[in-house]
Parts: sequence; C-alpha cells; structure tokens
Amino acid sequence: MAATVSSERDTVATPVQRAFREAFYAGAISLGLFVLFIGLRTDQNISNELILVQRWLLLAIVVIAVTVGRFLYVAYAVPAMERSKAEKGAAPAVVAQPGFIKQNFNRIGLVILLLYPVAMVLLFGFQGSLKWVDNFGIQILIYVMLAWGLNIVVGLAGLLDLGYVAFYAVGAYAYALLGTHFGLSFWILLPAAGCMAAFWGVMLGFPVLRLRGDYLAIVTLAFGEIIRLVLINWREVTNGSAGISGIPKVSFFGLMSFNVSDPNYIAKVLHIAQSGAYYKIFLYYLALALCLLTAFVTIRLRRLPVGRAWEALREDEIACRSLGINTTTTKLTAFATGAMFGGFAGSFFAARQGFVSPESFVFLESAIILAIVVLGGMGSLGGIAVAALVMIGGTEILRELDFLKAVFGPDFTPELYRMLLFGMAMVIVMLWKPRGFVGSREPTAFLKERRAVSASFTKEGHG
Amino acid sequence: MNAEASMNNVILQVDHLSMKFGGLVAIGDLSFQAKRGEITALIGPNGAGKTTVFNCITGFYKPTEGMITLNKRDGSTYLLERLPNHEIPARANVARTFQNIRLFSGMTLLENLLVAQHNKLMKASGYTFLGLFGFPSYRQASAESIELARHWLEKADLVDRADDPAGDLPYGAQRRLEIARAMCTGPELLCLDEPAAGLNPKESAALNDLLMDIKNNTGTSILLIEHDMSVVMQISDHVVVLEYGRKISDGNPQSVRTDPRVIAAYLGVDDEEVETVLTEVGDEDVIEQLDTGPDSAHGPGNSASMMAGPVSDSVEHADEGERVTVSKGASKAAQVDARAASIGSKPQSAAKPAAKSSAAKASPKKPAPKASAAKAGSASKGKETAAKPTAGKPGGRK
Repeated sequence: MAATVSSERDTVATPVQRAFREAFYAGAISLGLFVLFIGLRTDQNISNELILVQRWLLLAIVVIAVTVGRFLYVAYAVPAMERSKAEKGAAPAVVAQPGFIKQNFNRIGLVILLLYPVAMVLLFGFQGSLKWVDNFGIQILIYVMLAWGLNIVVGLAGLLDLGYVAFYAVGAYAYALLGTHFGLSFWILLPAAGCMAAFWGVMLGFPVLRLRGDYLAIVTLAFGEIIRLVLINWREVTNGSAGISGIPKVSFFGLMSFNVSDPNYIAKVLHIAQSGAYYKIFLYYLALALCLLTAFVTIRLRRLPVGRAWEALREDEIACRSLGINTTTTKLTAFATGAMFGGFAGSFFAARQGFVSPESFVFLESAIILAIVVLGGMGSLGGIAVAALVMIGGTEILRELDFLKAVFGPDFTPELYRMLLFGMAMVIVMLWKPRGFVGSREPTAFLKERRAVSASFTKEGHG
Repeated sequence: MNAEASMNNVILQVDHLSMKFGGLVAIGDLSFQAKRGEITALIGPNGAGKTTVFNCITGFYKPTEGMITLNKRDGSTYLLERLPNHEIPARANVARTFQNIRLFSGMTLLENLLVAQHNKLMKASGYTFLGLFGFPSYRQASAESIELARHWLEKADLVDRADDPAGDLPYGAQRRLEIARAMCTGPELLCLDEPAAGLNPKESAALNDLLMDIKNNTGTSILLIEHDMSVVMQISDHVVVLEYGRKISDGNPQSVRTDPRVIAAYLGVDDEEVETVLTEVGDEDVIEQLDTGPDSAHGPGNSASMMAGPVSDSVEHADEGERVTVSKGASKAAQVDARAASIGSKPQSAAKPAAKSSAAKASPKKPAPKASAAKAGSASKGKETAAKPTAGKPGGRK
C-alpha cells in the first residue's frame, strides 16, 4: 500500500504534510476501488431491461470520508497514540498510586451490592424493582457464582471444562426432585445438591484424569451433553423436556414463608402489605451470601496447600509430581470443589425459578460461563465478577434499548442484535485485554511485599 | 569384600536396571551404587541414557527390568521401581530437578518453595479442612514453612527476589531456585539433571559451593548428571560413566578421567584403530545390545567423534525380533575394550592395561596389582564388553 510505504520512506515530513499525502493516496485508491462498486449499480427498469444507475454523490461521500478519515488518523490520532506511549514509557519510574476506587474496589463493590435492592425499591417502588432485582441482580449473581466455581477448575487448576453446566443441572434437579417428592427444605437440600454435584464432579474427573488440553475439553463437553440428554430422556424421573414445576420456594430459615397462603407468610408475620418483591429481595441477598461464601472459600483455598497445588498443576504438572504432589487427588479435588459451587448455584436457580427443564442447561450456558471466566481474567475473582456484570447485565440491558427504534425506525428490534453485539464486545475485549480484565495474579504468600504477578508469566494450563 | 558393612552407607542401589522403549534399549543391565553423604556423578555422551536412569529412579518411567533400592537414614528401605511417581519424593524422600528447568513460572519464588512443602502442609492443614477454618496449628506450620523457604532462598542467594515471579529470574538463578525447591521437600537423595547446563563459569562456581554446602550441612546425598567436567571433577566423590545405556566406567574422578574407555567414549578412537578393532573383534557378542538413549532430541549420532562410523547406521533394525541395536563400532568404549583384549591376548604387554594400572595406582583405594589383574582377567576373556557390569563393578576390582 502506498500509504505504509511512504510513511516508512521519510519520517522527516511533519505529520500534517504526511497526512495530506496519505489522505490523497487513500482517496485515490478508494476512488479506484469504489467507482464500480458504488458509483455504478446495475438494476432493472420497469420493462425488465438492464440499466445502469449512477450514484456519484454516494461515491463522493465515501471517497471524502476515506480521505478525511485517513488525514485525521495520520495527522492527529497516530501522534497522540505515540505521545501517550512515550509518556507511559517514561512514567514507570514513579510508582503509580492506584486510585481510591481501585484500592477499595472490593469494599465499594460489596457496599453497592448490599444497597442495590434498597436503592431499586426506593427508585421504582416494590413492583417496579422486581425487574431490576430479579432479572439483573439475581441473574448476574447466579452467573458470578457459577463463574467463580468454574474459575477453580479452569482458572486455578488449568483444567479446561466445557461441560460445567452439567453440575449446574445436577444441583438444580437434585433440589427440584428431592424438594417436590420429599418436601425437604432448601436449607437441607442446598448442601445435598452441592455434595451431589461434587460427586458427579469426581465421577467426571476419574476418566478424564489422563486427558489434557483439547481432549479434556471434548470429553467434558460430552459429559455436559450426556447429563442433558439423560434429563430429557429419563422421563419417569425427570419428566423429560416438560421439566419439573412446582418446586417449593425457599423459606426464611423456616421462620417465615413466602407463600401467600401459608399462615406464617412474611407479610402477615411482619404486618406489612403483600408483595412479591419480598421474595425476590430475599433471594437476592441469599444469592449474594452464596457468592460471598464461594469467594471466601476460594480465597482461603488459594492460600492453603491444596490451592497452591492447583495453581502449580496449572503451571507444570510434571514438576508437581517431582515434588511429591499427588496430581490425581489434586485434580479430583479441583473438579469436586468447582462442581460443588455449580451445584449450589443450580439448587438456588431451581428455587428461584420454581421450574426446571433441560432447556436451561444447554451448551451455550457452559460457553457463557467459560467466556465470563476468560474475559474476567483467569483466576481473578474481581475481574470475573466484572465480566459477569458486563456480559449478563449487558445482554439484559440490550432488551431495554427501545429508544433505538427512534433511530432505526419502528421495524428495528434491538433484541435481535443482542447476540451480535455480545460477540462483537467479546472480540473487542479480547483484543484490548488478551488476558482478561484482570491480567495479573495475586501471590498467595509473600516475604516482604505483595506484588502482583504479571500474566505474561502465568500459564493457562494444559488441561 | 566389605559389601555387608557398606550396605548402611549405600543410599541408592541400582541393580540390573533395563529400560526399553518398544525395541529400543535405552538402558541395558545397569548396576551402580550411590553412597550416603557423597556426590555421585552420572556422566556420559549425549543420548547415553543418563536422564532415562533419572526418570527410572524418580518414577517417571517404570523400568522394564531391574531393581532400584533406596535405603533411608532411619533404616527403612524402598524399592523405587514399585512406588507410584508422586510417592517417591513424598515417602522415599528423593527429589529431583530437570534438564529443561521446570519452575512454576507464574508463581513467586516463595510460592515455588511452599508448593514443594505440599505434603507437610497438607497434613498440617488437616487435609484442607482445618486450614479452611483457620485453625492455629495450620498457621504455625505455615509460618514454619515460610521460614524454611527463606532459609533455602538465602542459601541460593535469591532472598531479595522472593516476591518476584519465578519466570522473571535469569537462567542461572532459575537453576539455583530449582535446587532450592527440591531441597524444600527435605530429600535424602537429591537428583540433579545437568544443574550447570547453560551457566557461566562464575555461576558454575556458585553452584559448586551450593552443592558442597548441601552435602556438608544437610547430609543429603546427591546424584548428579553433568556435562561440565569442571563441576564433576571438583565436587563429585564418585563417577559413573554411561555410554549407549551401558556402564563403561565407575570409580573416583581421577580413575575415570584416565580410563581409556571413557576417553574413547568422549573423544573417539583413531580411524585406523577402528578398522583394526572391528576386524579383530568382528563378532556380535562384543557389541550386542549396544543401544542409544531414548532422547531423540540429542540422538546418538553426536555422542562422540564421527570416526566410529557414519551416524546413519548407528541405529538399525537387527534381524531377531524388533530389538533395535547400534551398529558395530558405535560404542567407542567397546572398541577400546576389544582392542585391549586383542592386544592382551598377544604376548607383548599392552599399552592400554599399563595405562589402566597406573591410573589405578593414583587412586589410593585400589591396590594396583589387583586392578591390573582384574583387567588382565577381563582382557583374557577377550569377548567381554566394557558395558557388562562385572567389568566395572567396584566390588569386582577389590
């Protein structure tokens, strides 16, 4: 291309001079290219004859746009980028003090999460807050929990698991079946569902212990599909694709219920007006508590030998064995722990929906959870939470973009472009931050000072 | 024979170890001992099977035949070929390093050393459950493990960089860190696979100091693969030389250095000599089952001089079975032996045995006449190969 050659040939010319020349070349090339593409169009007239439609104005607009764009890019954008790069290069002598928000990110996030339902109720009233607490808050928190669970397997232990949704399904069906058939309480079934999912995590773990990388991914993918197909076809137990409905609601630790007909209905006990919002707000805080439990356990485990062994396994499995680490049990504990949190999330999901069907546990769910983990930065809890907020909240908020109809006409439905925008956003994030939002790794122990480890040293694991 | 008395001093006993990969014999009938508190070096040309021996000892390979016995200080004995891979460091206390450094590059130096104390900490954390709830016993064990890590970081002169990622270290420091990490497992036998590879002379000297320090202050015995002769000759107490998976020499550094078979293995023999040797020997018994190492990256070809014959025929399929053997004349040590044998059978006294006995004289442990007698004995047999264990066994010479 003429533009690139000329920029290499003489770097003495001022940016503006060079910009003029390059803009001219770019305009000339685009004119040459587009004169037939845009300037002329073949069409049929009323008597089915081929005619040429001339569109010189459109051609002129395109060529001018290219010329001006190239001029602006070379004259202003490139020097600006170089300047900022040079400034960055000169800066590191001074250790940048992270801003207040960055320093207290976790605390601020937690406060916002705690106040969120209250704020929504104050802003939109009980009925209006339903959508914001349920569709946004709870939905995002479920995915945060799932992604944090998967993070143990993928981010810490480096085992690529494409079938994580299977454990989600195991948890959900465990609660749905035991809850509807035996009427057991959520508070008993939550740990039971976690144990069940962990058991299946070990069951999956055993055959795949010897597999690594792509092969492991394929087998876990198959496992996810097997669970879903069993749920569809084992009609006597799971009711097939029709799913299970009438799953009991969570009670307030058995003290208060959220069923209007019950004598201990919360509104009756507390003598307040009836509303469906109480249950949603309660579920929101429950999801938040489960998330915090997941985070607490993950942070603790990372500082325990088992967590370090997971990370060591991700870095180098052979070296692990040479140090006497039993890689079999280490991998199995990673699978089991990750699956357990998937099971917790699943039983919570079933309680919140009141209905489960195999539809909810398709491969796309696994892919989204994995995408959240990768986008967030593998191994980083904060980054993953932000990624879940962006990905799930983003796709939900795209449903709300009715104002775009004013721009693109009444036929435009933003929902249809949801997945397209979603995909584009993911590509852009991965280009901009190839290691995810949080690319560095927090060391689990330190001698003098805790310094984040740049992601360029950490490995993704071989499965 | 003071074999019984010395049994307590032997930390590692390798008996008739063979390792075959399909038809390829990487190690053939190898026997040697490593004494407690000594540095034993395993040397040999590239592809001789040194790393394969290490992989067998540390459980990464299960040997095809043979027995590897480890005697711990407390009197317990482990048969390493029967232990699962990860239990060899955990129970038999054998630690190793790797030829291509295998650090946890995304973890800090300190974390690397903490991972090495996994089993100890695992027990202290009540297999995670007590640690999860922050029991004080785990906190104490954790602090102790950090102290041990600091101790070894200081020994390896890396304490200033304790909180940096291991992948950020220069090459020489990574080598030292890998040794420190292995030492954090509390080993009785430390197996080092080419610790001086890629180090400059100054770093090599520092490495020597570190290894001598380990030997003198911890009582850990060291088994060492090394190409850097300055390291081998300076610090090792005992040297075992391999060529094509066979032991060709075994003894103290002095005697090994002057062993004609070792010289031949490293430098090759003269062109004319090859011819004479081949015609004199000319039968398969002499060089049966002489084989290459498994490591195709190094290959057998560049093991020593090209004089022994074209590289292309160094590995070929023999007629019987699928055993892959090295062509006649590939083993330089065997040539020397065969040559010595042929000369020994002639009336006039041979030059090589004379050199041998003078070399033996230099070492105080072996009386010269016996050594030469042993040599003459093996020479008179004529067809005995150097790689056969009887020829080089210390007991056999005494």
